[in-house]
Amino acid sequence: MFRILKKENLAPNIFLMDVEAPRIAKNALPGQFLIVRVDDEGERVPLTICDYNPAAGTVQIVFQVVGGETQRMSQLNEGDSFHDIVGPLGKPSDLTELPIEELKKMKICFIAGGVGTAPVYCQLKWLHDKGVTVDCIQGAKTKDIIILEDEMRAVSNLHICTDDGSYGINGNVTVALQKLYDDGMRFDRVVAIGPMIMMKFVCLLTKKLGIETIVSMNPIMVDGTGMCGACRLMVGDKVQFACVDGPEFDGHLVDFDQAMQRSRMYATEEGRLFLKAKEGDTHHGGCGNCG
Amino acid sequence: MAANMMVKVPVREQDPKVRATNFKEVCLGYNKEEAEAEAARCLNCKNPRCVEGCPVSIDIPGFIQKVKESDVKGAYDVISLSSALPAVCGRVCPQESQCEGVCVRGIKGEAVSIGKLERYVADTAREMGIKPSTDAAPKGKKVAIIGSGPSGLTCAGDLARMGYDVTIFEALHKAGGVLVYGIPEFRLPKDAVVEKEIENVKALGVKIETDCVIGKSTTVDALMKEEGFDAVFIGSGAGLPKFMHIPGEQAMGVFSANEYLTRSNLMKAFSDDSRTPIMKPKKAVIVGGGNVAMDAARTALRLGAETHIVYRRSEEELPARREEVLHAKEEGIVFNLLTNPVEIHADEKGWVKGITCLRMELGEPDASGRRSPVEIPGSEFYIECDAVIMSLGTSPNPLIASTTEGLDINRRKCIVANEDNGQTSKEGVFAGGDAVTGAATVILAMGAGKAAAKGIDEYLSGKA
Ligand SMILES: Cc1cc2nc3c(=O)[nH]c(=O)nc-3n(C[C@H](O)[C@H](O)[C@H](O)COP(=O)(O)OP(=O)(O)OC[C@H]3O[C@@H](n4cnc5c(N)ncnc54)[C@H](O)[C@@H]3O)c2cc1C
Ligand SMILES: Cc1cc2nc3c(=O)[nH]c(=O)nc-3n(C[C@H](O)[C@H](O)[C@H](O)COP(=O)(O)OP(=O)(O)OC[C@H]3O[C@@H](n4cnc5c(N)ncnc54)[C@H](O)[C@@H]3O)c2cc1C
Ligand code: SF4
Ligand code: SF4
Ligand code: FES
Repeated sequence: MFRILKKENLAPNIFLMDVEAPRIAKNALPGQFLIVRVDDEGERVPLTICDYNPAAGTVQIVFQVVGGETQRMSQLNEGDSFHDIVGPLGKPSDLTELPIEELKKMKICFIAGGVGTAPVYCQLKWLHDKGVTVDCIQGAKTKDIIILEDEMRAVSNLHICTDDGSYGINGNVTVALQKLYDDGMRFDRVVAIGPMIMMKFVCLLTKKLGIETIVSMNPIMVDGTGMCGACRLMVGDKVQFACVDGPEFDGHLVDFDQAMQRSRMYATEEGRLFLKAKEGDTHHGGCGNCG
Repeated sequence: MAANMMVKVPVREQDPKVRATNFKEVCLGYNKEEAEAEAARCLNCKNPRCVEGCPVSIDIPGFIQKVKESDVKGAYDVISLSSALPAVCGRVCPQESQCEGVCVRGIKGEAVSIGKLERYVADTAREMGIKPSTDAAPKGKKVAIIGSGPSGLTCAGDLARMGYDVTIFEALHKAGGVLVYGIPEFRLPKDAVVEKEIENVKALGVKIETDCVIGKSTTVDALMKEEGFDAVFIGSGAGLPKFMHIPGEQAMGVFSANEYLTRSNLMKAFSDDSRTPIMKPKKAVIVGGGNVAMDAARTALRLGAETHIVYRRSEEELPARREEVLHAKEEGIVFNLLTNPVEIHADEKGWVKGITCLRMELGEPDASGRRSPVEIPGSEFYIECDAVIMSLGTSPNPLIASTTEGLDINRRKCIVANEDNGQTSKEGVFAGGDAVTGAATVILAMGAGKAAAKGIDEYLSGKA
């Protein structure tokens, strides 16, 4: 079970894998996630489902190496297996519940930042398969780390932007959205998936422009089934568990500052563990480099 | 051994000062001499009241008689007729309100240490390599069990013994339910005890599929219609944590007991080798008074914290097992009783720095017969701390009910099921344990799993 059938290095430190997981492939919908454990001592790492093939019994994940577990995952190769994969978790995107006719009438703009591109692809492809092609802004720091460009272009009207202007629109995703708006494009809905800081600024802009906005939250999780409350967020005046009530929420109601603060809760401790593993016994803490 | 027949043979325990800094088991259990001396205190009553006090009616004088005769295998066989997890129950049952609470020895002196004797038998049997076995002919029928906690394991074990083809589906990556993710190592060793009891269930032919969330990875209806299961037992527990919804609860350093305990137990964060981080507070406040609160408090203490329990009723109403309260006190945990938190305060970086509480007094008895606490106006006081762990109880996860056609739940989100046979509102679907009763005890969950196994057998035999 959970054998890796395909592995691709999309950009420095970003990997794509197709993995055998028949139950998940059969029941997944865009917007949902899964949890993997790389080995029997592994942490439970949540990852968005980027594609699924019920006939082949496979799911696709795309991940960026940021710490110990993602580092270990990147060392697995085709033919190796994950120790555990569970899913699909969370609620599917509410777009999957709307009638196709209504979707065709809607003007939707997706905004994909960094590895957030992969989960956006999943939703674009689902819509495209139903005959609905929408706009999508894909942002990256620089040209070299733009991933899945051809795939994204095939299923959407793609607008690429880079922070350093090395490709496409010169500026980040909010600059790009403002530009489309100034060019006269009007949207009923924005769906933003990427780093929390990006989603926060997209929401500030869309609030001003009066566009309904959905975001996909990625707080720290443990079980992913509603049992621990680690993933809780304030959405409006309600406490919501991202793993069962989300991960998609009304972006205008999410308390991003608090969510970003909470997601850094283990930052220094994780960093220490990672450095300890990488540098062996040379890392003792206290040098001030990792906080 | 100089036997004073009025009191229990004392059980050896780790010294409180030593154990407060490690995660090894607190209670060391009886050895052969101690167990036989304690067994000798049992009067072998004609109408044993203890048996009535045990939710699964273990033949207590029967197994104790075998202990007196140094026949551990015989004692294990007697217990096995009624219980699939004796090493667990001997350790975690609230004996003082069950079997031992009604033992006649308890009228003039101390009750017989039934739990400790049960544990002795189970542990010794395990060391001797004794395993339960079945020679039932296969019935050619498949039963799915959802959840691998005590209710699911018991139901699965009983059905396998009758010859059914049983598969357990478990959401987490490890089987055992609360026994692995909730109850700490120092009370219930995972590898040495829980793992072995699960292997015993597997030895009966039960298959376990981990990483499968029913309601997401597949559904009850799909199991029955597409995967050929003739009946389903739902033992999904009551895992949804409650919060108080007071200001400051989102601060960093506020955890549900479930998160704190899951990190420590399931993910082994208590060990330096673990890759899962856990906060090691300087001073922790645990809100609540049940077993869960005691476990969270004693875990934080072992990770180095000065630890306070804040509970809104008085000592008498503490719902935790008496032994846990006693152990917690011995280890130096401070009890702030008749106290209720009203606000958590955070520093400028968002980390907990303290908690404001109110003092309470007991008013009139409420519907449950317990005197309900009433706030004393103007009694606010502040406790400095860097972590707050909420242990306010849990409720059943609505996931299965909301994805299963025709499965009724009540106002408390518990699945409605017949107490005698586990039958729910949906044909072929049975349920038991915390999913039906709300958070309760291991032995009640086992009792419900047993009743449902009987119910399922009757249903499937009738249908044949
Ligand atoms: C619902 C959901 C979907 C996600 N989808 C993807 C995806 O498709 N691709 C992808 O690359 N990543 C995704 N993530 C983030 C991914 O889970 C984390 O990057 C991963 O857990 C980091 O593990 P690590 O051990 O390598 O790093 P760690 O050593 O655990 O952490 C490294 C840094 O990442 C932070 N971090 C830890 N956990 C998370 C988390 N859950 N979310 C955000 N930051 C975290 C830490 O605070 C630390 O600063 C998703 C997260 C969630 C909750
Ligand atoms: C910290 C703590 C300490 C406790 N201490 C004691 C004690 O000392 N003595 C005592 O008698 N009782 C104690 N209890 C209570 C006791 O553990 C429970 O009453 C008992 O475990 C309930 O058993 P169960 O089989 O109903 O459910 P659980 O043990 O909760 O098991 C349910 C299982 O189902 C799985 N599950 C849930 N939903 C799904 C799904 N959709 N698909 C697949 N699997 C699913 C869960 O992951 C879990 O593994 C304690 C509880 C806790 C939390
Ligand atoms: S199972 Fe629990 S109640 Fe029954 S005899 Fe054992 S310890 Fe007592
Ligand atoms: S009531 Fe007490 S003394 Fe009597 S049989 Fe039970 S354990 Fe023995
Ligand atoms: S991750 Fe535990 S409740 Fe959401």
